[in-house]
Amino acid sequence: MSLLEVKDLHTSFFTDAGEVKAVNGVSFNLDHGKVLGIVGESGSGKSVTAYSIMQILAGTGKIVSGSIKVDGEELVGAGEKVMKTIRGNKVSIIFQDPMTSLNPTYTIGHQLMEAIILHTDRNKKQAYERAVEMLRLVNINEPEKRMNQYPFEFSGGMRQRIMIAMALACEPDILIADEPTTALDVTIQAQILELMKSLQKELGMAIIMITHDLGVVAQMCDEVIVMYAGSICEQGTADEIFYNPCHEYTKGLMRSIPTADTAGTKLQPITGTPIDLLNMPAGCPFAPRCDAAMKICLHERCQRMEINEDHAAACWMNVKKGLEAGTITAEEVTCNE
Amino acid sequence: MSEIIQQPLLEVKDLKQHFNINMGAFKTKPLKAVDGVSFTINKGETLGLVGESGCGKTTVGRTILHLYKPTSGEIWYNGKKIETKQDIMEFRKKATMVFQDPYSSLNPRMTVADIIGEPLDVHKLYATKEERQARILELMSHVGLNSEHAARYAHEFSGGQRQRIGIARALAVNPDFIVCDEPVSALDVSIQAQVINMFDELQEKLGLTYLFIAHDLLVVRHISDRIAVMYLGKMVELADAATIYERPLHPYSKSLLSAVPVPDPKIARANQRIMLEGDIPSPLNAPSGCPFRTRCPYATEQCAAEMPAFKEVEKGHFVACHRVAEVN
Repeated sequence: MSLLEVKDLHTSFFTDAGEVKAVNGVSFNLDHGKVLGIVGESGSGKSVTAYSIMQILAGTGKIVSGSIKVDGEELVGAGEKVMKTIRGNKVSIIFQDPMTSLNPTYTIGHQLMEAIILHTDRNKKQAYERAVEMLRLVNINEPEKRMNQYPFEFSGGMRQRIMIAMALACEPDILIADEPTTALDVTIQAQILELMKSLQKELGMAIIMITHDLGVVAQMCDEVIVMYAGSICEQGTADEIFYNPCHEYTKGLMRSIPTADTAGTKLQPITGTPIDLLNMPAGCPFAPRCDAAMKICLHERCQRMEINEDHAAACWMNVKKGLEAGTITAEEVTCNE
Repeated sequence: MSEIIQQPLLEVKDLKQHFNINMGAFKTKPLKAVDGVSFTINKGETLGLVGESGCGKTTVGRTILHLYKPTSGEIWYNGKKIETKQDIMEFRKKATMVFQDPYSSLNPRMTVADIIGEPLDVHKLYATKEERQARILELMSHVGLNSEHAARYAHEFSGGQRQRIGIARALAVNPDFIVCDEPVSALDVSIQAQVINMFDELQEKLGLTYLFIAHDLLVVRHISDRIAVMYLGKMVELADAATIYERPLHPYSKSLLSAVPVPDPKIARANQRIMLEGDIPSPLNAPSGCPFRTRCPYATEQCAAEMPAFKEVEKGHFVACHRVAEVN
């Protein structure tokens, strides 16, 4: 049994304009001590997947169907009472913007201790000690003095460290990091990523790293999920995804990043504009922007297909290749649907 | 990137931009956003300007266009110094700007045609209404927008398309020089590549010169001929793009470049990052001497005492560091 099992998750937002299927059949497992990266563009459903696990969706958002199990315990349909024992204790989250995720009217110490007292049975004095210990762990100098300061007295990088300290104070098994370094400068980003890596080794937790930056993924993650328009198009180990991408969207993403070799040449962007989630095409959601799109891509969605034991993708190109090479038969294709 | 003719188009000499910050009780304190920056940009060239938030890179771009009145220093364009109001108006027909945020830099109450046409109105660049309309449609086709988009409003477009509208507006006066202030950082990777290619194509077609301000070092490397690195209002290094990435000389440039996450797992795992301690000091309390000395592993007493000069250490490679010989 994996630490986290997400099966066929569907999450929608019911807006005035109609149902927005933000997450559309996402399944993955996460084991102890692993770092899983979820990459995708804005609107691909990567954050909503995380918010569904924590059940902190905005008012109009709802998990429509699917299953989320943490340590075997089903979370979909579980009440607020159960979720309160999960959030913070088992699963913690840090958000993108360290400027707005701390309350400006309370001291750092107050906010840290609040989280600790809420989730553990420590008393005030023990909570204070734990808070100081956590600040020290995330390399904040003079933690006793810092406990009495307000968020505005800290820089962006330090606030993100405090968010990490708060998220880890109750020793969660899973840390969800939603674009934790996007708002930070590169040298500060390097510090935070290094800190997360060393804490992960020390405490042995699993991390879900949500980001749009493939550089961050390459540096941090063991496994990678690539999302587009609410679905997983490809998942596998980091090496497989980077060196053997098998979905046209992933390939397009890799080609469109500027690197040392592209200077003085043209980049190869993905054409077209991002998908409108209110008007999803019938077939593969990426088909309208895909250079290699075939007839079938436009009216039928491809199911997930194993490339090898570390790698799976949902792209008709792989089916075509398999048929041509004779590794799969036509009957297998039809029964997969 | 087009052939570079070594002829300076824009010269910036010892540019300073200090803002007075209200400290309460009638006290003000100068915030030295840009503190003595000099460089030249040649015709047809792209100069990349990089640095972390608060280093003054955006202020440099804005001050060049006189969106802020420079505190001191000189800006020369095409061999002519820009001084009077008339000079500034003339200069702005030749130099324009593309802004970072495609959401807030377009007026939501104007149609696309009016947004693109506004610079034409301001500088009275047409004789008849038909001429104006024809020019707007020409500009829209330059940036890959359809003519039917003209009557729509900005909110009907995606981020990438909005940035195209912003670029069309910048091109309206037929400029030679464009300040691009983080033009792609609000865009998704796949869209970002489309817009970067468009900048490239426009440069070739119209012979443009760019000052390309960005914090994404991979993007800057791709698009720039030369790159300048700024830290706390000062320029610390300037060299051609390949040199600065392969052989950075300033300790700050070294750590900045090593901090960039490389999208390749094997390289990323093997990469030895030069970690910097601490944060960027506030520009209100900038350190004495070299601004980088508080985070620099090589700093000595001399670095605290005096600001190192920005000097050419080899042809076309400028660096401001006392210890450049020892560091490298």
